[in-house]
Amino acid sequence: MKYKDYYGVMGVDRKASAEEIKNAYRKLARKYHPDVSKERDAEEKFKELGEAYETLRDPEKRAAYDQLGSHRPGQEFRPPPGWEQQFGGGSFSFDDIDLGDLFAGLAGGMHRAGRGGGKVPVPGEDYEVTAHISLEEAYRGTEVDLELSVPEYDESGFPRRVRRAFKARIPKGATDGQRLRLPGKGGKGRNGGRDGDLYLNIALHPHRLFRVSSHDLFLDLPLAPWEAVLGTSVLVPTLGGSVRLKVPPGTHAGRQLRLAGRGLPKPHAGAGDLLAIVQIVVPTVTSERERALFKELAEASTFNPRGHFEQEAAK
Amino acid sequence: MKIEQAMWLHEQHELLLEELCELSGLSETELRELVDYGVLAPIDSDAQHWTFSADRLIVARSARRLRKDFDLDPHGVALAVTLLERVHNLEAELRDLRAKLPGGGAG
Repeated sequence: MKYKDYYGVMGVDRKASAEEIKNAYRKLARKYHPDVSKERDAEEKFKELGEAYETLRDPEKRAAYDQLGSHRPGQEFRPPPGWEQQFGGGSFSFDDIDLGDLFAGLAGGMHRAGRGGGKVPVPGEDYEVTAHISLEEAYRGTEVDLELSVPEYDESGFPRRVRRAFKARIPKGATDGQRLRLPGKGGKGRNGGRDGDLYLNIALHPHRLFRVSSHDLFLDLPLAPWEAVLGTSVLVPTLGGSVRLKVPPGTHAGRQLRLAGRGLPKPHAGAGDLLAIVQIVVPTVTSERERALFKELAEASTFNPRGHFEQEAAK
Repeated sequence: MKIEQAMWLHEQHELLLEELCELSGLSETELRELVDYGVLAPIDSDAQHWTFSADRLIVARSARRLRKDFDLDPHGVALAVTLLERVHNLEAELRDLRAKLPGGGAG
C-alpha cells in the first residue's frame, strides 16, 4: 500500500485541531473545487483534498491514520501489526489497496461495504473526464480511448483499484464545452446500488484556421485591396472541403460573409454556419509598376476615408 | 473492444424529475427547493409530471457537489449556482466575441 500524507495535502500540522483542519479544508476547497476553480489540475487536487479531509475530520479515522505512522508520500508501507483488527474489523491483504478507498470504507470501526448491518445500497461513484478532440474529429464524430482507475469491492467488501479501459463514441455534433454521459461507466454500485456514470466534457483543440463559437466557425479571409473594391470569387477552406465564396464589390474590412450550414453539425439536425471575416491586406513588397499604378490611383481617386474626422473638427 | 455510446446532455433531451434526482444525487425535496429558488426550471412548471432539459443535469450535479463540499444550506447553494451560471454565460460570451475578432483566439 502506498502512503499518502493527508496532513501535507491539507497543509496542517499533525497536531492540528479539528477547527484548524476544517478551516484549512474550506480555504483549499474554494481554491480547488472543480465547479469554482480555474486551476489546471483542480479536479485531481480537489479529490486529494476531499480524501484527506474525509479521513482527518473523523476522529476515529484520524486515529487509525495516525497509527500508520509517518512515511514519505508514495512510499510502500505496511500498517503496524494488529492495525486492521483494531480498525478494519478483519484481516486482509494490503497489496494494491488504495489508502483512500480503505478509509472511505471504514465507518464506526466496521467495514461498511460487506460487514455487519451495512447492506444499504451504495451507488457507484460518478467520474468526469475531459476529452480533447480536434475540430475535424468533432465534425465527423470520433472515438476516444478512456482509462479510469476505479475501486471495485470483493465479496467481503474490500476495495481493490482496477484500471478500466474502453472506447467511447462521440457522435458528430459535439462542440467545445459539450457534455456527454456514459451511463453505468463510473464506479460499480454496491449492495444493489446503481453503477455510477462517466461524464465527458468535450474540449476542442485550437485550430490553425477556424475559431469556434457554439456550432458556428469563424475564419479570417484576407483580401487584396483591389479584390475588396472590385469584388471577386475565392476558394475558402471548410471542414468538408473547399467551397467557392462570392465577394461582392465594395467589401470592407471586418465584414462577415456567411456560408450557411458550413459550420459544425448540430446534434439532431442542421449545422452551424461558417463566417468569413474580411481582412484587407496590403503587399509588403511592391514592384516599380505596382507603385506607379497606386500613385495613379491616389491621384485619380476622390475617396476620403477620414471625411468624418474633418466634419467632427469643423463642429 | 466494445464501443460505448455516449448520451447527449443538451436542451433537446429531456429528463424526468425522478431521473434528474437519481443522476444528480439530489433528493426530490432539494430539487424542488432549487426550482422554488429559481435555480432550475422545469420545461413546463404547470405539468403534472415535471421534466427538465438534460443540460440541467450539469447544474443539478454542481448544486449537489457544492452543497456537500462546502456544507451549504439551500439558500447558499442557490446563490452559488446562480453566480456560477452567470460566470459560465459570461465566459461563453467572451469566447464568442474572441471567435469573432479578426486574428483572435486561434492558438
